[in-house]
Amino acid sequence: MRLVFHIWRQATASAPGKMVRYESANMNPDMSMLEALDVLNEELITQGTEPVVFEHDCREGICGSCGFMINGIAHGPLARTTVCQLTLRHFKDGEELYLEPWRASAFPVLKDLMVDRASFDRIIAAGGYCSVPAGSPQDANALLIPKPEADRAMDAAACIGCGACVAACPNASASLFTGAKITHLGLMPQGQPEREIRALRMVRQMNGEGFGHCGNIGECEAVCPKGISIEVIARMNRDFAGASITERPKSGAAEDGA
Amino acid sequence: MAVTGVVLAGFIVGHLLGNLQIFIGRDTFNGYAEGLKKLHVLLWGTRAALLVSVALHIWSTIQLAARRSSARPVAYQKYTAQTSSYASRTMYMSGPIVAAFIVYHLLHFTIGVGGTPYDAGDPYGNVVAGFKVIPVALAYVIAMGLLCLHLRHGLASFLQTLGVNHPAYTPKIKLAASLIAGLIFLGFSSIPVAVMAGVVS
Repeated sequence: MRLVFHIWRQATASAPGKMVRYESANMNPDMSMLEALDVLNEELITQGTEPVVFEHDCREGICGSCGFMINGIAHGPLARTTVCQLTLRHFKDGEELYLEPWRASAFPVLKDLMVDRASFDRIIAAGGYCSVPAGSPQDANALLIPKPEADRAMDAAACIGCGACVAACPNASASLFTGAKITHLGLMPQGQPEREIRALRMVRQMNGEGFGHCGNIGECEAVCPKGISIEVIARMNRDFAGASITERPKSGAAEDGA
Repeated sequence: MAVTGVVLAGFIVGHLLGNLQIFIGRDTFNGYAEGLKKLHVLLWGTRAALLVSVALHIWSTIQLAARRSSARPVAYQKYTAQTSSYASRTMYMSGPIVAAFIVYHLLHFTIGVGGTPYDAGDPYGNVVAGFKVIPVALAYVIAMGLLCLHLRHGLASFLQTLGVNHPAYTPKIKLAASLIAGLIFLGFSSIPVAVMAGVVS
């Protein structure tokens, strides 16, 4: 199987980049997109060309490391699939593929197809957790969680932080990512004590990182490999609005909220 | 954005219902216009609320657009939209065009400097005279089409912004938004079409 690649090549974070055309006849329909890049890189190394840098880890679609645009679609044309799980049988022999990194100022390109998603880590660090006493655990059934709520929390918790939502959003908004974590924890009893301060801190961190604002367009949920719905964004808006209205002025003892 | 948009959409519905009285006849329509002018407090209160809403709506747009361009300084060489509606992706175009139309519309029928015969005491006659000019009538129909597109995404998504999204209601909200936007288009467009067809003369 033969494929033509147009790949964004950028040597360093500050260097200018450009699309470069490569061609390989050594493709196999059973390969994943990342294996295709592995094969292409072997060929490039043999030719004395610098291999294409891309991020990857588990190659099972659950770690969130991989991801780039294929023909203008985050993670490529197959829904609910990361690029590591996308096989070449979904492309035609001789097809031209345009591979570009996620584009967002909050995701600076490090090299080629690899971007720095540390902004996501900082959003989580701002409030995407439950502060728990690390003592002995309570009885398992002391804290009852209805199954439907547990399921919805799990649906939101399925986010792997890959960044496809930001990449696909015409505004480069991180609302789906942030909303998913706010929804996941906000549906659980353990998340209630910090629900308001979490919404405030995570949304403010998201805005401070330079992501765009949500325009309710819905491209994010279409490309999300975990199928997370923009319902989580509505919930984030609801929690943030409520917390903003009821937020009290800071006073000595209550400093720093939870 | 959502709150000011709802205020403006509410006005549009009221404006449409008022305008449709043109089909009842010259006296009813002119009487309605005359009556509005006599309700000084309501008239100027509404105008002030609309002006504030329009200003805030545009200000939000400017802020969103600025954040949008700073959040994605490098555009994709290829970008393929998946599920988003045409209306949602073109809000930045339909909005400014509709705003320009509103300025023209005010100059045309409120101030009377639109280039067609104008008599402040006969709004019915002004509408007929205005829409007898085919390019003017067509411009109104096209502007209503863009307004309809803009409203379709706006009405479908303002509740999402305000925090309401529910699997049972959201699909119905979206359907209702399309129907309302469509009815608003048909309602407003019916007036220039009726004048061109000679039904209103």
